[in-house]
Amino acid sequence: MQIGEHLATPRSAWTSGRGEMADVVVSSRARLARNLEGFAFPGRLTPEVAAQVLGRVQAAVQGFGTGWSFVKLADLSAVDRQVLVEKHLISPQQMQEPEQAALAVRDDEGLSLMVNEEDHLRLQAFRPGLAVRATLDGALQADDRLEEALDYAFTPELGYLTACPTNVGTGLRISVMLHLGGLVRTRGIAQLLQVLPKLGLAVRGLYGEGTEAAGDLFQISNQITLGQAEEEVAAAIERAAQQIIEQERAARRMLKEQALQQTQDRVYRALGVLRYAQLLGGEEAMQLLSELRLGVEMGMLQVSAEAVNEMLVTALPGFLTRTMGHDLQTMEERAARARLIRERLQKEGI
Amino acid sequence: MQCQSCGLRPATVHVTRIVQGQVEQAHLCAQCAQESGEIDMLANPAALLQSLLANFAGQGQTLQTEKETRCPSCGFRFSEFRETGRLGCPSCYTHFRAELEPLLRRLHGTTEHRGKLPLRRGGAFERDRKLQTLRRDLQQAVAREEYEQAARLRDEIKQFESEGG
Repeated sequence: MQIGEHLATPRSAWTSGRGEMADVVVSSRARLARNLEGFAFPGRLTPEVAAQVLGRVQAAVQGFGTGWSFVKLADLSAVDRQVLVEKHLISPQQMQEPEQAALAVRDDEGLSLMVNEEDHLRLQAFRPGLAVRATLDGALQADDRLEEALDYAFTPELGYLTACPTNVGTGLRISVMLHLGGLVRTRGIAQLLQVLPKLGLAVRGLYGEGTEAAGDLFQISNQITLGQAEEEVAAAIERAAQQIIEQERAARRMLKEQALQQTQDRVYRALGVLRYAQLLGGEEAMQLLSELRLGVEMGMLQVSAEAVNEMLVTALPGFLTRTMGHDLQTMEERAARARLIRERLQKEGI
Repeated sequence: MQCQSCGLRPATVHVTRIVQGQVEQAHLCAQCAQESGEIDMLANPAALLQSLLANFAGQGQTLQTEKETRCPSCGFRFSEFRETGRLGCPSCYTHFRAELEPLLRRLHGTTEHRGKLPLRRGGAFERDRKLQTLRRDLQQAVAREEYEQAARLRDEIKQFESEGG
Protein backbone atom coordinates (compact mmCIF):
# COMPACT_ATOMS: atom_id res chain seq x y z
CA MET A 1 0.00 0.00 0.00
CA GLN A 2 1.26 3.47 -0.90
CA ILE A 3 1.22 6.30 1.60
CA GLY A 4 -1.19 8.13 -0.71
CA GLU A 5 -3.83 5.48 -0.01
CA HIS A 6 -3.51 6.08 3.71
CA LEU A 7 -3.88 9.80 3.15
CA ALA A 8 -6.95 9.44 0.95
CA THR A 9 -9.19 7.59 3.41
CA PRO A 10 -10.54 8.66 6.80
CA ARG A 11 -10.55 4.97 7.74
CA SER A 12 -7.95 3.83 10.24
CA ALA A 13 -7.33 1.00 12.71
CA TRP A 14 -9.20 2.91 15.41
CA THR A 15 -12.22 4.06 13.39
CA SER A 16 -14.07 0.77 12.82
CA GLY A 17 -16.36 1.31 15.82
CA ARG A 18 -16.04 -2.38 16.72
CA GLY A 19 -14.33 -4.10 19.62
CA GLU A 20 -15.08 -4.51 23.31
CA MET A 21 -17.07 -1.84 25.12
CA ALA A 22 -17.43 0.05 21.86
CA ASP A 23 -20.46 1.90 23.26
CA VAL A 24 -18.02 3.98 25.34
CA VAL A 25 -14.48 3.19 24.19
CA VAL A 26 -13.41 4.44 20.77
CA SER A 27 -9.91 2.98 20.76
CA SER A 28 -6.93 1.66 22.70
CA ARG A 29 -3.31 2.45 21.99
CA ALA A 30 0.07 1.32 23.31
CA ARG A 31 3.16 3.35 22.52
CA LEU A 32 6.78 2.40 23.16
CA ALA A 33 9.62 4.95 23.09
CA ARG A 34 13.02 3.57 22.08
CA ASN A 35 16.43 5.00 21.21
CA LEU A 36 19.48 3.56 19.53
CA GLU A 37 22.66 3.07 21.50
CA GLY A 38 25.58 5.25 20.48
CA PHE A 39 23.55 8.13 19.06
CA ALA A 40 22.47 11.42 20.61
CA PHE A 41 18.70 11.90 20.92
CA PRO A 42 17.05 13.35 17.76
CA GLY A 43 16.96 16.90 19.15
CA ARG A 44 20.77 16.98 19.13
CA LEU A 45 21.57 15.11 15.95
CA THR A 46 23.12 16.69 12.88
CA PRO A 47 21.10 15.98 9.72
CA GLU A 48 23.83 13.54 8.56
CA VAL A 49 23.76 11.46 11.72
CA ALA A 50 19.95 11.64 11.90
CA ALA A 51 19.93 10.20 8.38
CA GLN A 52 22.07 7.30 9.64
CA VAL A 53 19.53 6.59 12.40
CA LEU A 54 16.78 6.73 9.82
CA GLY A 55 18.66 4.27 7.61
CA ARG A 56 19.13 1.75 10.41
CA VAL A 57 15.49 1.90 11.44
CA GLN A 58 14.33 1.60 7.84
CA ALA A 59 16.49 -1.50 7.40
CA ALA A 60 15.07 -2.99 10.62
CA VAL A 61 11.49 -2.29 9.49
CA GLN A 62 12.18 -4.23 6.30
CA GLY A 63 12.29 -7.28 8.57
CA PHE A 64 8.56 -6.83 9.02
CA GLY A 65 8.08 -7.96 5.43
CA THR A 66 5.46 -6.72 3.01
CA GLY A 67 2.32 -4.82 3.88
CA TRP A 68 4.16 -1.77 5.16
CA SER A 69 4.87 1.66 3.75
CA PHE A 70 7.72 3.90 4.73
CA VAL A 71 7.77 7.63 4.03
CA LYS A 72 10.04 10.53 4.90
CA LEU A 73 7.95 13.38 6.25
CA ALA A 74 10.02 15.93 4.37
CA ASP A 75 8.74 14.34 1.15
CA LEU A 76 5.15 15.14 2.10
CA SER A 77 3.32 18.46 1.95
CA ALA A 78 2.30 20.21 5.17
CA VAL A 79 -1.32 19.29 4.46
CA ASP A 80 -0.45 15.60 4.06
CA ARG A 81 1.47 15.69 7.34
CA GLN A 82 -1.55 17.30 9.00
CA VAL A 83 -3.72 14.43 7.75
CA LEU A 84 -1.30 11.96 9.36
CA VAL A 85 -1.64 13.87 12.64
CA GLU A 86 -5.41 13.72 12.34
CA LYS A 87 -5.23 9.96 11.82
CA HIS A 88 -2.95 9.68 14.91
CA LEU A 89 -0.10 8.29 12.82
CA ILE A 90 2.38 11.07 13.62
CA SER A 91 2.54 13.62 16.43
CA PRO A 92 1.88 17.35 16.06
CA GLN A 93 5.50 17.90 17.10
CA GLN A 94 6.83 15.65 14.37
CA MET A 95 4.66 17.36 11.80
CA GLN A 96 6.39 20.68 12.53
CA GLU A 97 9.94 19.30 12.40
CA PRO A 98 9.97 16.94 9.43
CA GLU A 99 13.75 17.00 8.86
CA GLN A 100 15.01 13.41 8.91
CA ALA A 101 11.72 12.25 10.41
CA ALA A 102 9.82 9.36 8.92
CA LEU A 103 6.77 7.19 9.34
CA ALA A 104 6.47 3.46 8.84
CA VAL A 105 2.92 2.22 8.82
CA ARG A 106 1.31 -1.18 8.41
CA ASP A 107 -1.44 -1.36 5.79
CA ASP A 108 -4.24 -1.56 8.39
CA GLU A 109 -2.66 1.33 10.37
CA GLY A 110 -2.89 -0.86 13.49
CA LEU A 111 0.88 -0.71 13.92
CA SER A 112 3.14 2.19 13.07
CA LEU A 113 6.51 3.73 13.83
CA MET A 114 7.53 7.35 14.10
CA VAL A 115 11.23 7.82 13.43
CA ASN A 116 13.29 10.74 14.75
CA GLU A 117 10.48 12.32 16.70
CA GLU A 118 11.41 13.21 20.29
CA ASP A 119 12.99 9.75 20.45
CA HIS A 120 14.58 7.76 17.64
CA LEU A 121 11.63 5.42 17.65
CA ARG A 122 8.04 5.65 18.72
CA LEU A 123 6.26 2.39 18.08
CA GLN A 124 2.51 2.36 18.42
CA ALA A 125 -0.23 -0.24 18.25
CA PHE A 126 -3.85 0.81 17.78
CA ARG A 127 -7.11 -1.12 18.10
CA PRO A 128 -10.75 -0.17 18.20
CA GLY A 129 -12.65 -0.58 21.47
CA LEU A 130 -11.15 -1.61 24.80
CA ALA A 131 -8.17 -3.81 23.91
CA VAL A 132 -5.42 -2.79 26.28
CA ARG A 133 -3.70 -6.18 26.47
CA ALA A 134 -3.90 -6.79 22.74
CA THR A 135 -2.37 -3.42 21.86
CA LEU A 136 0.37 -3.91 24.44
CA ASP A 137 1.17 -7.40 23.11
CA GLY A 138 1.19 -6.08 19.54
CA ALA A 139 3.62 -3.31 20.42
CA LEU A 140 5.90 -5.60 22.47
CA GLN A 141 6.07 -8.22 19.72
CA ALA A 142 7.01 -5.60 17.13
CA ASP A 143 9.56 -4.25 19.59
CA ASP A 144 11.17 -7.71 19.90
CA ARG A 145 11.46 -7.98 16.14
CA LEU A 146 13.05 -4.56 15.84
CA GLU A 147 15.47 -5.41 18.60
CA GLU A 148 16.79 -8.31 16.52
CA ALA A 149 18.32 -5.70 14.23
CA LEU A 150 18.79 -2.68 16.53
CA ASP A 151 20.79 -2.08 19.72
CA TYR A 152 18.61 -0.08 22.05
CA ALA A 153 19.90 2.40 24.63
CA PHE A 154 19.14 0.52 27.83
CA THR A 155 20.48 0.15 31.36
CA PRO A 156 19.28 -2.44 33.87
CA GLU A 157 18.63 0.30 36.47
CA LEU A 158 16.71 2.81 34.37
CA GLY A 159 15.41 0.62 31.57
CA TYR A 160 14.96 2.11 28.09
CA LEU A 161 16.55 5.55 27.98
CA THR A 162 14.47 8.33 26.46
CA ALA A 163 15.04 12.00 25.60
CA CYS A 164 12.56 13.07 28.27
CA PRO A 165 12.77 11.53 31.77
CA THR A 166 8.95 11.29 31.85
CA ASN A 167 9.23 8.30 29.47
CA VAL A 168 12.29 6.50 30.84
CA GLY A 169 11.94 2.90 32.01
CA THR A 170 9.39 1.00 29.98
CA GLY A 171 8.94 3.88 27.52
CA LEU A 172 5.34 2.74 27.57
CA ARG A 173 2.29 4.94 27.34
CA ILE A 174 -1.02 3.13 27.14
CA SER A 175 -4.03 5.24 26.36
CA VAL A 176 -7.71 4.59 25.99
CA MET A 177 -9.97 7.03 24.16
CA LEU A 178 -13.46 7.24 25.61
CA HIS A 179 -16.59 9.08 24.60
CA LEU A 180 -18.01 10.45 27.84
CA GLY A 181 -21.09 12.19 26.47
CA GLY A 182 -23.27 10.99 29.35
CA LEU A 183 -20.91 12.14 32.09
CA VAL A 184 -20.43 15.53 30.45
CA ARG A 185 -24.21 16.04 30.19
CA THR A 186 -24.95 14.85 33.74
CA ARG A 187 -22.03 16.86 35.13
CA GLY A 188 -20.34 13.81 36.55
CA ILE A 189 -17.24 14.54 34.50
CA ALA A 190 -15.73 17.18 36.80
CA GLN A 191 -15.42 14.72 39.66
CA LEU A 192 -13.91 12.11 37.39
CA LEU A 193 -11.31 14.54 36.05
CA GLN A 194 -10.31 15.29 39.62
CA VAL A 195 -10.01 11.66 40.67
CA LEU A 196 -8.01 10.29 37.72
CA PRO A 197 -4.76 12.20 38.42
CA LYS A 198 -4.78 10.84 41.95
CA LEU A 199 -4.72 7.35 40.47
CA GLY A 200 -1.60 8.26 38.49
CA LEU A 201 -3.53 8.69 35.26
CA ALA A 202 -3.27 11.59 32.87
CA VAL A 203 -6.30 12.90 31.00
CA ARG A 204 -5.97 14.55 27.62
CA GLY A 205 -8.04 15.57 24.66
CA LEU A 206 -8.47 13.77 21.36
CA TYR A 207 -5.06 14.63 19.95
CA GLY A 208 -2.89 14.04 23.00
CA GLU A 209 -0.75 16.42 24.92
CA GLY A 210 -1.84 20.02 24.56
CA THR A 211 -5.07 19.41 22.70
CA GLU A 212 -8.66 20.04 23.56
CA ALA A 213 -11.18 17.50 24.76
CA ALA A 214 -13.36 18.27 21.77
CA GLY A 215 -16.45 16.20 21.04
CA ASP A 216 -16.51 14.86 24.63
CA LEU A 217 -13.65 12.53 23.73
CA PHE A 218 -11.15 11.95 26.51
CA GLN A 219 -7.90 10.02 26.51
CA ILE A 220 -6.73 8.46 29.74
CA SER A 221 -3.16 7.23 29.97
CA ASN A 222 -0.55 6.14 32.49
CA GLN A 223 1.85 8.71 33.81
CA ILE A 224 4.50 6.51 35.40
CA THR A 225 6.94 4.62 33.18
CA LEU A 226 9.59 3.68 35.74
CA GLY A 227 9.24 1.03 38.46
CA GLN A 228 6.16 -0.67 37.03
CA ALA A 229 6.16 -3.63 34.69
CA GLU A 230 4.28 -3.27 31.40
CA GLU A 231 1.61 -5.74 32.52
CA GLU A 232 0.96 -3.77 35.72
CA VAL A 233 0.47 -0.59 33.72
CA ALA A 234 -1.91 -2.38 31.36
CA ALA A 235 -3.88 -3.83 34.28
CA ALA A 236 -4.18 -0.42 35.96
CA ILE A 237 -5.38 1.29 32.79
CA GLU A 238 -7.82 -1.51 32.10
CA ARG A 239 -9.25 -1.28 35.64
CA ALA A 240 -9.61 2.49 35.43
CA ALA A 241 -11.24 2.25 32.00
CA GLN A 242 -13.73 -0.35 33.27
CA GLN A 243 -14.71 1.93 36.13
CA ILE A 244 -15.14 4.93 33.85
CA ILE A 245 -17.22 2.81 31.47
CA GLU A 246 -19.50 1.82 34.35
CA GLN A 247 -19.89 5.46 35.36
CA GLU A 248 -20.59 6.56 31.81
CA ARG A 249 -23.20 3.83 31.37
CA ALA A 250 -24.82 4.85 34.67
CA ALA A 251 -24.91 8.46 33.47
CA ARG A 252 -26.62 7.36 30.25
CA ARG A 253 -29.18 5.32 32.22
CA MET A 254 -29.85 8.46 34.22
CA LEU A 255 -30.35 10.43 31.01
CA LYS A 256 -32.75 7.75 29.77
CA GLU A 257 -34.75 7.61 32.98
CA GLN A 258 -34.82 11.26 33.89
CA ALA A 259 -34.30 13.23 30.72
CA LEU A 260 -35.22 10.97 27.82
CA GLN A 261 -37.12 13.57 25.84
CA GLN A 262 -34.45 16.24 26.21
CA THR A 263 -31.72 13.78 25.27
CA GLN A 264 -33.63 12.57 22.21
CA ASP A 265 -34.31 16.17 21.27
CA ARG A 266 -30.62 17.05 21.35
CA VAL A 267 -29.65 13.94 19.38
CA TYR A 268 -32.27 14.48 16.66
CA ARG A 269 -31.56 18.21 16.45
CA ALA A 270 -27.90 17.38 15.91
CA LEU A 271 -28.87 14.88 13.23
CA GLY A 272 -31.08 17.49 11.60
CA VAL A 273 -28.33 20.07 11.46
CA LEU A 274 -25.69 17.61 10.24
CA ARG A 275 -28.11 16.27 7.62
CA TYR A 276 -29.09 19.65 6.19
CA ALA A 277 -26.58 22.34 7.16
CA GLN A 278 -24.76 24.05 4.31
CA LEU A 279 -21.97 25.55 6.44
CA LEU A 280 -20.37 23.87 9.44
CA GLY A 281 -17.57 25.17 11.68
CA GLY A 282 -15.01 22.72 13.07
CA GLU A 283 -16.00 23.01 16.70
CA GLU A 284 -19.68 22.96 15.89
CA ALA A 285 -19.24 19.78 13.87
CA MET A 286 -17.34 18.15 16.75
CA GLN A 287 -20.10 19.00 19.19
CA LEU A 288 -22.88 17.83 16.88
CA LEU A 289 -21.02 14.61 16.11
CA SER A 290 -20.75 14.01 19.85
CA GLU A 291 -24.56 14.30 20.16
CA LEU A 292 -24.92 11.95 17.22
CA ARG A 293 -22.44 9.51 18.75
CA LEU A 294 -24.35 9.52 22.01
CA GLY A 295 -27.54 8.79 20.07
CA VAL A 296 -25.83 5.84 18.38
CA GLU A 297 -24.35 4.57 21.65
CA MET A 298 -27.74 4.84 23.40
CA GLY A 299 -29.47 2.97 20.59
CA MET A 300 -31.57 5.89 19.34
CA LEU A 301 -30.08 6.05 15.85
CA GLN A 302 -29.27 3.49 13.21
CA VAL A 303 -25.98 5.07 12.20
CA SER A 304 -22.78 3.02 12.51
CA ALA A 305 -20.10 4.12 14.97
CA GLU A 306 -17.70 3.70 12.06
CA ALA A 307 -19.54 6.39 10.12
CA VAL A 308 -19.37 8.75 13.11
CA ASN A 309 -15.61 8.19 13.44
CA GLU A 310 -15.04 8.70 9.73
CA MET A 311 -17.10 11.90 9.76
CA LEU A 312 -14.98 13.09 12.66
CA VAL A 313 -11.75 12.64 10.69
CA THR A 314 -13.36 13.97 7.50
CA ALA A 315 -14.34 17.20 9.28
CA LEU A 316 -10.78 18.02 10.39
CA PRO A 317 -8.93 20.82 8.58
CA GLY A 318 -6.08 18.76 7.08
CA PHE A 319 -8.34 16.10 5.70
CA LEU A 320 -10.78 18.66 4.31
CA THR A 321 -8.04 20.59 2.57
CA ARG A 322 -6.58 17.45 1.06
CA THR A 323 -9.97 16.21 -0.14
CA MET A 324 -10.73 19.54 -1.82
CA GLY A 325 -7.24 19.66 -3.30
CA HIS A 326 -6.37 23.26 -2.44
CA ASP A 327 -6.10 25.67 0.50
CA LEU A 328 -9.53 26.62 1.77
CA GLN A 329 -10.94 29.97 2.82
CA THR A 330 -13.10 29.86 5.96
CA MET A 331 -16.39 29.76 4.05
CA GLU A 332 -15.14 27.15 1.61
CA GLU A 333 -13.93 25.00 4.48
CA ARG A 334 -17.28 25.22 6.24
CA ALA A 335 -19.15 24.41 3.07
CA ALA A 336 -16.89 21.44 2.32
CA ARG A 337 -17.25 20.10 5.85
CA ALA A 338 -21.04 20.35 5.71
CA ARG A 339 -21.18 18.70 2.29
CA LEU A 340 -18.91 15.76 3.16
CA ILE A 341 -20.88 15.07 6.34
CA ARG A 342 -24.21 15.27 4.45
CA GLU A 343 -22.90 12.83 1.88
CA ARG A 344 -21.66 10.39 4.50
CA LEU A 345 -25.04 10.44 6.28
CA GLN A 346 -26.80 9.82 2.98
CA LYS A 347 -24.54 6.84 2.42
CA GLU A 348 -25.72 5.55 5.81
CA GLY A 349 -29.27 5.81 4.48
CA ILE A 350 -30.25 8.67 6.78
CA MET B 1 0.10 29.59 21.56
CA GLN B 2 0.64 32.14 24.34
CA CYS B 3 -0.51 31.71 27.93
CA GLN B 4 -4.06 33.05 28.37
CA SER B 5 -3.24 34.39 31.81
CA CYS B 6 0.06 36.29 31.45
CA GLY B 7 0.20 36.49 27.65
CA LEU B 8 3.99 36.31 27.87
CA ARG B 9 5.13 32.72 28.06
CA PRO B 10 4.11 29.88 25.74
CA ALA B 11 1.09 27.92 26.91
CA THR B 12 2.26 24.45 27.84
CA VAL B 13 -0.50 23.36 30.21
CA HIS B 14 -3.90 22.73 28.73
CA VAL B 15 -6.73 22.31 31.18
CA THR B 16 -10.21 21.04 30.54
CA ARG B 17 -12.73 22.61 32.90
CA ILE B 18 -16.34 21.71 33.15
CA VAL B 19 -18.48 24.71 33.99
CA GLN B 20 -22.20 24.05 34.32
CA GLY B 21 -22.00 21.04 32.08
CA GLN B 22 -20.01 22.86 29.40
CA VAL B 23 -16.47 21.84 28.60
CA GLU B 24 -14.08 24.79 28.62
CA GLN B 25 -10.42 24.93 27.70
CA ALA B 26 -7.72 26.95 29.41
CA HIS B 27 -4.24 27.29 27.93
CA LEU B 28 -1.67 28.38 30.49
CA CYS B 29 2.07 28.46 30.97
CA ALA B 30 3.43 26.16 33.69
CA GLN B 31 4.00 29.07 36.06
CA CYS B 32 0.51 30.57 35.79
CA ALA B 33 -1.07 27.12 36.00
CA GLN B 34 0.77 26.42 39.20
CA GLU B 35 0.05 29.85 40.70
CA SER B 36 -3.63 29.66 39.87
CA GLY B 37 -3.80 26.26 41.57
CA GLU B 38 -6.01 25.46 38.61
CA ILE B 39 -4.67 22.04 38.02
CA ASP B 40 -3.18 19.14 39.79
CA MET B 41 0.28 18.94 38.28
CA LEU B 42 0.05 15.16 38.46
CA ALA B 43 -2.57 15.22 35.73
CA ASN B 44 0.06 15.62 33.07
CA PRO B 45 3.61 14.28 33.09
CA ALA B 46 4.91 17.07 30.88
CA ALA B 47 3.38 19.74 33.12
CA LEU B 48 4.76 18.06 36.21
CA LEU B 49 8.23 17.95 34.69
CA GLN B 50 8.05 21.62 33.78
CA SER B 51 6.99 22.66 37.25
CA LEU B 52 9.85 20.60 38.72
CA LEU B 53 12.28 22.18 36.28
CA ALA B 54 10.99 25.64 37.20
CA ASN B 55 11.94 24.89 40.79
CA PHE B 56 15.35 23.66 39.68
CA ALA B 57 15.87 26.84 37.69
CA GLY B 58 15.91 28.86 40.91
CA GLN B 59 18.74 26.74 42.26
CA GLY B 60 20.46 27.00 38.91
CA GLN B 61 21.17 30.71 39.41
CA THR B 62 23.77 30.03 42.08
CA LEU B 63 25.23 27.16 40.11
CA GLN B 64 25.93 29.19 37.03
CA THR B 65 29.02 30.77 38.56
CA GLU B 66 30.50 27.33 39.04
CA LYS B 67 32.10 25.61 36.11
CA GLU B 68 29.40 23.52 34.53
CA THR B 69 30.19 19.99 33.51
CA ARG B 70 29.31 18.60 30.11
CA CYS B 71 28.25 15.10 29.16
CA PRO B 72 31.47 13.48 27.85
CA SER B 73 29.56 11.69 25.09
CA CYS B 74 27.54 14.51 23.55
CA GLY B 75 28.72 17.76 25.17
CA PHE B 76 25.30 18.44 26.67
CA ARG B 77 25.08 20.83 29.66
CA PHE B 78 22.54 20.22 32.41
CA SER B 79 21.36 23.85 32.17
CA GLU B 80 20.06 22.99 28.69
CA PHE B 81 17.91 20.30 30.25
CA ARG B 82 16.43 22.88 32.62
CA GLU B 83 15.41 24.90 29.58
CA THR B 84 14.09 22.18 27.31
CA GLY B 85 13.19 19.22 29.52
CA ARG B 86 15.08 16.97 27.08
CA LEU B 87 18.44 15.28 27.58
CA GLY B 88 21.19 15.11 24.96
CA CYS B 89 21.98 11.42 24.66
CA PRO B 90 21.58 8.11 26.52
CA SER B 91 24.88 8.69 28.38
CA CYS B 92 23.47 11.87 29.95
CA TYR B 93 21.54 9.58 32.31
CA THR B 94 24.83 8.22 33.65
CA HIS B 95 26.71 11.49 33.67
CA PHE B 96 23.96 13.58 35.32
CA ARG B 97 22.75 10.79 37.56
CA ALA B 98 23.00 12.85 40.76
CA GLU B 99 20.98 15.70 39.26
CA LEU B 100 18.38 13.41 37.68
CA GLU B 101 17.74 11.07 40.59
CA PRO B 102 15.55 13.40 42.69
CA LEU B 103 13.65 14.36 39.56
CA LEU B 104 12.98 10.73 38.62
CA ARG B 105 11.83 10.06 42.17
CA ARG B 106 9.33 12.92 41.97
CA LEU B 107 8.12 11.86 38.54
CA HIS B 108 7.90 8.11 39.00
CA GLY B 109 8.26 7.50 42.75
CA THR B 110 11.31 5.29 42.13
CA THR B 111 14.57 5.07 40.19
CA GLU B 112 14.43 1.35 39.47
CA HIS B 113 13.25 -0.18 36.21
CA ARG B 114 11.05 -3.24 36.66
CA GLY B 115 9.74 -3.74 33.15
CA LYS B 116 10.87 -5.45 30.00
CA LEU B 117 14.51 -6.29 29.24
CA PRO B 118 15.82 -6.30 25.65
CA LEU B 119 15.30 -9.79 24.28
CA ARG B 120 18.70 -10.30 22.67
CA ARG B 121 20.88 -8.78 25.40
CA GLY B 122 18.49 -9.22 28.30
CA GLY B 123 19.86 -12.51 29.70
CA ALA B 124 22.77 -10.94 31.56
CA PHE B 125 20.56 -8.13 32.87
CA GLU B 126 18.05 -10.68 34.11
CA ARG B 127 20.77 -12.48 36.08
CA ASP B 128 21.97 -9.21 37.62
CA ARG B 129 18.46 -8.30 38.60
CA LYS B 130 17.86 -11.67 40.31
CA LEU B 131 21.21 -11.56 42.08
CA GLN B 132 20.50 -8.07 43.38
CA THR B 133 17.15 -9.18 44.75
CA LEU B 134 18.74 -12.19 46.49
CA ARG B 135 21.45 -10.03 48.08
CA ARG B 136 18.89 -7.55 49.33
CA ASP B 137 16.76 -10.36 50.78
CA LEU B 138 19.88 -11.72 52.49
CA GLN B 139 20.66 -8.35 54.11
CA GLN B 140 17.09 -8.07 55.32
CA ALA B 141 17.10 -11.59 56.70
CA VAL B 142 20.32 -10.87 58.63
CA ALA B 143 18.87 -7.61 59.95
CA ARG B 144 15.81 -9.48 61.18
CA GLU B 145 18.09 -12.14 62.71
CA GLU B 146 16.42 -14.85 60.63
CA TYR B 147 19.61 -16.84 60.28
CA GLU B 148 18.11 -20.00 58.85
CA GLN B 149 16.56 -18.01 56.03
CA ALA B 150 19.82 -16.06 55.60
CA ALA B 151 21.84 -19.27 55.25
CA ARG B 152 19.41 -20.53 52.63
CA LEU B 153 19.73 -17.29 50.67
CA ARG B 154 23.54 -17.33 50.97
CA ASP B 155 23.64 -20.82 49.46
CA GLU B 156 21.29 -19.77 46.71
CA ILE B 157 23.50 -16.78 45.84
CA LYS B 158 26.61 -19.00 45.82
CA GLN B 159 24.96 -21.49 43.56
CA PHE B 160 23.67 -18.71 41.29
CA GLU B 161 27.13 -17.16 41.02
CA SER B 162 28.86 -20.45 40.25
CA GLU B 163 26.27 -21.31 37.59
CA GLY B 164 26.84 -18.00 35.85
CA GLY B 165 30.58 -18.79 35.76
